[in-house]
Amino acid sequence: MNTDTNGDAPLLDVADLVVDYRRGRTTFRALKGVSMTIAPGECVGLVGESGSGKSTLGKAILGLADVTSGRITFAGSDITHAKGAARRKLAADLQVVFQDPYGSLDPTLTVGQILAEPLTASGTSRAAARTAVAEMLDHVRLPADTVTRYPSEFSGGQRQRIAIARALVRRPRLIVCDEPVSALDLTTQAAVIDLFIDIQRETGVSYLFVSHDLGVVRRVCHRVSVMYQGECVETGPNETITRNPGHTYTQRLLLASPVADPARQAERRRSWLGLRTAAGSPVP
Amino acid sequence: MIDAVTPAEGTAPAPAGRGLWSRYLRRPVGVAALAVFLLVVVAGLLAPLLAPHDPNFVDFALTQAPPDSSHWMGGDSAGRDILSRLLFGARTTLYGAAVACLTGIALGVPAGVAAGYFGGLTDRVFSWISDAVQSVPGMIVLLIVAAGTGADFTVLMVTVGAFMAPGYYRISRSRALAVRKEPYIDAARVAGLTHVKILHTHVLRAVHAPVIIQSALTAGIAMGMQTGLQFLGIGTASEANWGQMMNDGFRTMLTHPLILLWPSAALGITIAALAFMGSTLADLVSVRGEPAPRRRRSAEQAPEEATDRTGALVHPVEASALRIDNLRVSYRTPHGDKRVVRGVCLDVAPGEVLGIVGESGSGKSQTVFSALDLLPADGRATADGIWIGGQPVGDLSRAGRHALLGTRIGYVPQEPMSNLDPCYTVGHQLMEPLRAVHKLTRAQARERAREVLLRVGITDPDRVLACHPHQISGGMAQRVLIAGAVAGNPSLLVADEPTTALDVTVQAEVLELLRELQREYGMALVIVTHNFGVVADICDRVAVMKDGRVIETGAVEQIFAHPGDPYTAELIKASQDDTESRAELDAAWNKAGRTVRA
Repeated sequence: MNTDTNGDAPLLDVADLVVDYRRGRTTFRALKGVSMTIAPGECVGLVGESGSGKSTLGKAILGLADVTSGRITFAGSDITHAKGAARRKLAADLQVVFQDPYGSLDPTLTVGQILAEPLTASGTSRAAARTAVAEMLDHVRLPADTVTRYPSEFSGGQRQRIAIARALVRRPRLIVCDEPVSALDLTTQAAVIDLFIDIQRETGVSYLFVSHDLGVVRRVCHRVSVMYQGECVETGPNETITRNPGHTYTQRLLLASPVADPARQAERRRSWLGLRTAAGSPVP
Repeated sequence: MIDAVTPAEGTAPAPAGRGLWSRYLRRPVGVAALAVFLLVVVAGLLAPLLAPHDPNFVDFALTQAPPDSSHWMGGDSAGRDILSRLLFGARTTLYGAAVACLTGIALGVPAGVAAGYFGGLTDRVFSWISDAVQSVPGMIVLLIVAAGTGADFTVLMVTVGAFMAPGYYRISRSRALAVRKEPYIDAARVAGLTHVKILHTHVLRAVHAPVIIQSALTAGIAMGMQTGLQFLGIGTASEANWGQMMNDGFRTMLTHPLILLWPSAALGITIAALAFMGSTLADLVSVRGEPAPRRRRSAEQAPEEATDRTGALVHPVEASALRIDNLRVSYRTPHGDKRVVRGVCLDVAPGEVLGIVGESGSGKSQTVFSALDLLPADGRATADGIWIGGQPVGDLSRAGRHALLGTRIGYVPQEPMSNLDPCYTVGHQLMEPLRAVHKLTRAQARERAREVLLRVGITDPDRVLACHPHQISGGMAQRVLIAGAVAGNPSLLVADEPTTALDVTVQAEVLELLRELQREYGMALVIVTHNFGVVADICDRVAVMKDGRVIETGAVEQIFAHPGDPYTAELIKASQDDTESRAELDAAWNKAGRTVRA
């Protein structure tokens, strides 16, 4: 697999990663030897459908899924099996934004408590935490009085901004974004994506951006990997993957997503039908 | 966010705990029960002040005396004042109940939270212990403990508490198990919190409300048990207690029934108060929010502010498959009516595909739910008229409206999986409506089900008919539901976000299927979506909704080429497929001097 694009040493290096899920006596291989890299300041997209293993890769990097074999290197150190104190130390550099803007914030805490939690857990004083929280709210374009309110008072897009602020508050070097905009309205999506881009420019943070939507990935990612049934079928620059993909699966994925233009969509549908007939029309 | 049955984001569940107290005080039953219970507590606490006599002072003249002015409840068989003994007895009862509850909480909650949160071995060991405790006959153990400790009351109540611990264990474990799966717990782990801190800040908060409810019930049970023990003469005899008083009353029940009545009434009322407090709290925690007072459908209409009609009716009534004229939908909330649809007009002709498109809270789903008469109980729809197949349906009874579903109207829901009953096979769920609505025989229904499954692209219908919903994929489930919707040959097919929950390649398949079926059957298709790509793909006409109004309607080509409303243009632009790529954005940014904020 192609490792580097811009010559920097990679911040994250995933090599030949295998993850098995055990369900009772049967095991399900969610990742079948996936490799990828992310450079500092880079956004790498991970595209695929449900069951492709794209979220599992994010979870494995975050230590939320056990790795069967392979290696995850972050900033030069092996974090494949980091647990306990070693994992907690990583929290300063490695953060997450989840898909569900409703479940990812504890409904019983105020926004201020939610945002201060990662800081106070690492020993920051309350006063310093308050300053940092105020700064982060400004980063994500939320008013300062947000801190005293509860998550239920906010819309999906605002909650996602709060979740982004929580991920940013310890100034990490990599944020794993697991479908961070797919639960949002389209107009809200656009604003949140632009926020991700702005924050990357302001702070130089790297993103692993997991999404099922090639349009979203096109706007936010520098490079894209396409996942299919636990394998990475294609990796390349954004422009290539979202316009001229090489792999048949990526082509199908691209042609299957309808474009908001009746004439071009009719054209796209014809190509998709052609591809489907060629592939023998599998019933999903 | 796709809008579901709940009207809008404002109704998101309120956090447990906040406002619980004030909501509790608005429930008359809860207030009454709380008042009674507080009365018992105050009586017990202030017994030395309130009691008119020494509870242990024996006055032979008072033996089994009827109530009089200085002894309101009379005297017991030993000549002691019953009222005083009752007041002091309340202390014993409450103390015992408190000891039992605290023991139960101390043993059950930490074990339950740990078991639910960590799972695995911890869970197995604690659950095994909990099951073992439950299988031990409590009364026998209590009698052994009583014999071994000289019937020390506190020790006895601790033992009772230990037997109550499995109740606390079970609810804490199930709550912790549920919270464990919430993304905010994962987020906290990634944020570097230790397990102890996560348990403390996140899990215990989720557990505390059910624990309070459980305590109300446990306290009642503990009171019953301790009174039973005291009735048998086990426990401290030196202090007044209700069980002993009941024993005394029991022995003279036939001659002096009042002696038994007083302590029994006190115990009964106290336990009942606790039970009502518990059930009121349980209600509040599970329901979250005031129950909207039910109003009979379309009866007594509240005066409504005039709304402008929005949208357009383009087909004559008799040539329309569905026609909605000036539809208004409102929801009853504690803060008055919330209006979610404000004067929508739309229609669709046979063979036409109408898209209703909008963001969450635009009222698009509510509009079709009203047309199908599937609004939730607290929603209310009024319209100048709704016609299905050219016939007005506004005057039909609810049963008459529902009879249209499955015959004239087919409905394809948003979440394929949650719209199939996991308990029944696919075949049963497809055949049941055919037999009930279309009066087909079992064999005919099966044949028809096979036929439509084949038609929706399922190559092995017999296997799928025998499957339970969990054995098929989401895409397959949506095909099954579409098959069910078209099985009755409807003239109108309504699809509410039919592809939102599906993968994009499956979405393309399902759209293709809907298109084919619509053409083949000549149906009118109404498709609700937030995705302009779907609109471009399948629709002939489109109605764009925002805040309960149709802001624009027209032919698809025209809307895309010349959107009349800026909001429509914004929505089309927000469909990310034509967006600038990151490379283009970065190039522009570098050119602009790398400034971040506009």
